[in-house]
Amino acid sequence: MSELLAPHLPAGSFEAVHAADGMPTVYVPREVLVETLRTLRDDPALRFTFLADITAVDYIPREPRFEVVYLLACLGGPGNGDTPKRLRVKVRLPGQDPSVPSIIHLWPAANWAERELWDMFGIRVDGHPDLRRILMPEDWEGHPGRRDYPVQIKDKVKTYEPLQVSAEEFAQGIQSSRDRSLRD
Amino acid sequence: MSDLEIPVLTTSVEKMVNWARRSSIWPVTFGLACCAIEMMAMSAGRYDVARFGAEVFRGSPRQSDLMIVAGRLSRKMAPVLRRIYDQMPEPKYVISMGACASVGGVFDNYAIVQGVDQVVPVDVFVPGCPPRPEALIYGIIQLQRKIDTMKLYA
Repeated sequence: MSELLAPHLPAGSFEAVHAADGMPTVYVPREVLVETLRTLRDDPALRFTFLADITAVDYIPREPRFEVVYLLACLGGPGNGDTPKRLRVKVRLPGQDPSVPSIIHLWPAANWAERELWDMFGIRVDGHPDLRRILMPEDWEGHPGRRDYPVQIKDKVKTYEPLQVSAEEFAQGIQSSRDRSLRD
Repeated sequence: MSDLEIPVLTTSVEKMVNWARRSSIWPVTFGLACCAIEMMAMSAGRYDVARFGAEVFRGSPRQSDLMIVAGRLSRKMAPVLRRIYDQMPEPKYVISMGACASVGGVFDNYAIVQGVDQVVPVDVFVPGCPPRPEALIYGIIQLQRKIDTMKLYA
């Protein structure tokens, strides 16, 4: 993979490593992540046009603690990267206040994946238009994907009192939810 | 009385009300996981819970008597379950179906409620993973026995 990428990416912007499962893997510094991903997507010789998933790994107590993983796929075809192939792009992040830039402007599909990144690992996504929790309840404390999150918690189960809303507040809530879904 | 031509049965109001209640336990259509598949099998032709008057799965909690908590209840889902239970009219009953709903089952983790009796009052626990339809029918029969012994005026 190193030979394929080297002519198209600036030196020092990536580091190809050998992964145990044999999948092509590169480390990319956070500063050049967006530019590198853009080149991987748009360069006629590469054409990794498909963002399969974004996830992260917590390597506590190692520092840098987190690695965010972008799984890309080249669908192949004439002028489209020739043969189908996959690429794993990793970014190392510190344990203190980790964050990555958003790549929604490259792949709109990154929206929910980045929300999951925030929800599960507490990795802030800079530039995300709607960085809310996606899997856990909105008022959840902590980020369960982290290795130092307990398996079992003893909190009381929350059931909440029924909301008392007026007709205007109800209509307003519906409208704002519609606006949000249009924006997403 | 002896010259009456029509047959007459005498009983108490309590017995008759309990008979009516236990003979038409309508569950709410509400499944959470794989237990719901067995719950559907229970209501289908082979096991046919209609024999016991509990076959009408209502689409609205307002028309239901029984909530079968069929499957694992996540902490995120708990307010929803509670809301549906609150919407059911009295008298209402709850069956906790399977290991997950009763005690959390294999999901001994932060996300799953470790027993739905933390959220709603449970009348009958049905063990199993998942319980067979016969087991759930037995649970409903146990609930019917329980209803039979209930007092109208406590």
